[in-house]
Amino acid sequence: MAGAVPTYKLEFPYKRSLGPIVGAFLTGLRDRQVLGIRSAAGRVLVPPLEFDPETGEENLEWTRVGEAGVVRGFSWVEEPLPKHPLDRPFAWVLVQLDGADTNLVHVLDADSRAAVEIGMRVRIRWASETRGHMSDIACFEPEAG
Amino acid sequence: MRDVAIVSFSQLRGDPEGGVPEVLMLVPVVLEAIEKSGVPRKQIGFTCSGSCDYLTGAPFAFVQNLAATGAWPPISESHLEMDGAWALQEAWVRLQHGDIDTALVFASGRPSNSDLREVLCLQLDPYYLMPLWPDYISLAALQAQALLARTGHTEKDLAEIVVRARRAALSNPNAEISGEFTASELLQAPYVSSPLRAHDCPPISDGAAAMVLVAGDRARDLCERPAWIRGIDHRIDAQYPGVRDLSVSPSARLAGEHAGVGRGPVEVAELAAAFSHEELILREALGLGDEVLVNPSGGALCSNPMVATGLIRIGEAFRQIHEQGRERVLAHASSGPCLQQNLVCVLEAD
Repeated sequence: MAGAVPTYKLEFPYKRSLGPIVGAFLTGLRDRQVLGIRSAAGRVLVPPLEFDPETGEENLEWTRVGEAGVVRGFSWVEEPLPKHPLDRPFAWVLVQLDGADTNLVHVLDADSRAAVEIGMRVRIRWASETRGHMSDIACFEPEAG
Repeated sequence: MRDVAIVSFSQLRGDPEGGVPEVLMLVPVVLEAIEKSGVPRKQIGFTCSGSCDYLTGAPFAFVQNLAATGAWPPISESHLEMDGAWALQEAWVRLQHGDIDTALVFASGRPSNSDLREVLCLQLDPYYLMPLWPDYISLAALQAQALLARTGHTEKDLAEIVVRARRAALSNPNAEISGEFTASELLQAPYVSSPLRAHDCPPISDGAAAMVLVAGDRARDLCERPAWIRGIDHRIDAQYPGVRDLSVSPSARLAGEHAGVGRGPVEVAELAAAFSHEELILREALGLGDEVLVNPSGGALCSNPMVATGLIRIGEAFRQIHEQGRERVLAHASSGPCLQQNLVCVLEAD
């Protein structure tokens, strides 16, 4: 039958929720706030997990942490891969945000490997548009001063 | 516990070129392991395999691999999306039921299909980590940096591990990297992700391995110097790398304790240390002193058929007992980023 071209619409007909913990953290990033979660022992996890990895405890309390923090570990990448968050040499960093007891894995936009050291202070550079996604943190940058 | 032994082992030489379909890699090793075991194929009570569909590039790719076992009439089998070392653990558990006496374990990996620095990101937490595309070498580099910062080990120490591994691999016909190098010449190379250089990272190899397990006295009848599995345990650390001290491996320590590593002297340890620094972390976690011979095969730094690597470590440990006359050896397998999961197996002679 001429002209009868069937069309198909392929979709997942459901909406996916990230749940009360991951969802709240990423919604916080959309609002340019970093939320952590405090365990019964007083340890603040950032990013928050749905349970305390030490005890398995689930009833945790929200707390807001800083946008700046300290580099606790790093790896310098001279030649970024196409999918890496930055297209110029950068460092993978473990950042302990002010008020947090754990490290966030992200990237640091620094001039050179020599400009990165353990203990240096860094600050979040927000994406120009935030959407509730890990990439709302565009990267970290050395704290001015 | 029912005493279970490894009675045969076969492995394919790591192939850095790739291109051989997985089932064709498996046919020769499965046939050889069965033939060496002396157990007729149709008498094998249970078959368990480890492979990774993400690496093969198709869902249920592992089903095709069963053709290598000649699975007719139908057989009792199971598959893990894990290193074959975990398939061995499942087969060991299955043999504990007591109704069957023999099992075939095999593993195959085809990482040459993929750009591993992209594909392995898909094994990470999809919300916090994967959107950043932290490739497996960079994650390992964060762990290496944490270790060097805590212990005072240097990049030269890491290069010395590579020098020793490549020298040991000269006597391993299945290794694809071997030779005499010096640390100072290796250290001339640029970083991939600091502090790791290309020599600190595993080669990308396709490969396969198979072994036969037999329970009780029948193992002694079939095999001169079988390797008895006297302890086996698997532990997992928290999945987010930022919540734990990356310079140590609590899961490897616990697995070692529960496998009974400390109940006697260890002569040889085959560790699935794919990166140079992982050997230092694992030696510490497992309490292995300088008297323990580590990775006489050259280890995963010299051939790393991903998801077969751990089973090959157990196979190399078997060879140490079966062919080299050792009494008590250790094998280790790992999975996930930054040594997140660890399996420890203790093998003993009669």
